Amino acid sequence: MGGYGDVQMIDENGLRMDGRKPGDVRPITIETGVVPVADGSCRMVWGTNEAIVAVYGPMEAHPRKIQRQDRAVIDVAYNMAPFSTTDRIRPGFNRRSREISKVTKDALESVVLLELYPRSKIRVSIEIISAEAGTRCVGLTAASVALADAGIPMTDMVVSVASGKVNDVVVCDLNKEEDNYGEADLPMGVLPNTGELVFLQMDGDLSPEEFKQAWDYNVDAAMQVHKLMVEALKGGANS
Amino acid sequence: MNSGPVGLLDNMSNESSADGPRDSRRTLIVVPGEDLGSSEGIEAGHGVLVVGDRVISTKQGRMSRKGDTITVNPLHTRYMPRPGDLVIGHIEGCTNNIWFVDIGAPFNSILPMSLGPAKVEFGGTRKVLDIGDSILCRVQEVEETHQSVVTMKGMGLRKIRSGALDELDPHLLGQLIGKGGSFLREMKMQTDCRIVVADNGRLWIDGELENILEVRKRIESISSEAKIVGVGA
Repeated sequence: MGGYGDVQMIDENGLRMDGRKPGDVRPITIETGVVPVADGSCRMVWGTNEAIVAVYGPMEAHPRKIQRQDRAVIDVAYNMAPFSTTDRIRPGFNRRSREISKVTKDALESVVLLELYPRSKIRVSIEIISAEAGTRCVGLTAASVALADAGIPMTDMVVSVASGKVNDVVVCDLNKEEDNYGEADLPMGVLPNTGELVFLQMDGDLSPEEFKQAWDYNVDAAMQVHKLMVEALKGGANS
Repeated sequence: MNSGPVGLLDNMSNESSADGPRDSRRTLIVVPGEDLGSSEGIEAGHGVLVVGDRVISTKQGRMSRKGDTITVNPLHTRYMPRPGDLVIGHIEGCTNNIWFVDIGAPFNSILPMSLGPAKVEFGGTRKVLDIGDSILCRVQEVEETHQSVVTMKGMGLRKIRSGALDELDPHLLGQLIGKGGSFLREMKMQTDCRIVVADNGRLWIDGELENILEVRKRIESISSEAKIVGVGA
């Protein structure tokens, strides 16, 4: 965390710099089928974050050494476009994108019924077009929608949200300033139908009470986001 | 549609689905993980899973109930080979005695030299079928590990040398073919084209160029209509 403890990001009314209350989530729009050539795809705009995810497969896994005889493998590639932030990002993989690809893969592996497709591969490409804190959450959530759009069998969809601590106040869904200058960050991946946890990371310090508060914010926000995901996949057909 | 929790089978009977009276044109769309109701007396069909005493959907698709069996017909599918299926494949690679064929399934098929289109000498596979060639073949065998073997021994199975190939999601083939093959027959007569519909969603269209384009246009319209959620079969 940035450690700039004197930067005031919560006003005297308890509102944040962008006018949200501590438990509020940024506005979200979800669209499916945005990449016509892919088997499934999703475009998710979360505040000023924007991610496009394309899913291909299940397909024959190449090279053969990556094949698993009893299940499919998920190949996740998370990438931030060079123009996604104000400072240009050097194109290609780096330590951070490798880490996020791995945690996303691990989270998705817990919901996808991989044993139905032995020796095959499901390719998930996450491209961040615009980044403003919480891109791993946006990428993981959008990947769940894209997998559902591709008809990949899953027991549930993963919804990921991050909460954190700013000026000693626990807040949900951090924006860029809160992420950079806040005191803690707690991204979580939740299965909304069972309440199970499939992904958890933490940066900074939180007391047990603050951790509980952040946890509750994340679970509540995940339920809200899940409703939007379901709406997007159903396309208003049942309303 | 009724408000409240969607997709609960507890309210369903043979005459009505969870979203009200049964209507073949308006079936209920469900998403992965959605609770479809109690599993008591229910048999799990395609696209659903019994977890504890509940039935949950594992795919995005249209839920349907026939008797005690609940099924989710997915909106997007990938072809899964079954023995006896007529398929159109592309040669992806070969060894001295085997061709590897992409049949649009999650796993490539193999075409052994003994099941090839002609007598081949050991090492001469590329002289008969080269990489990039398209073939009309039949699935002979699917193993437990999903590895499949295709054959070109049979009536009408051949290398495709003319015409054009197109693709359609396998679950939309029913719409293209129609009841008893009526739509397909009509399309063949109207366009004067030879159309072979393979079970893996690939189509071989042979005829005059403008007729081929007309057929492709019609296939494209079936595909794009089905992509609008809530429309189609």
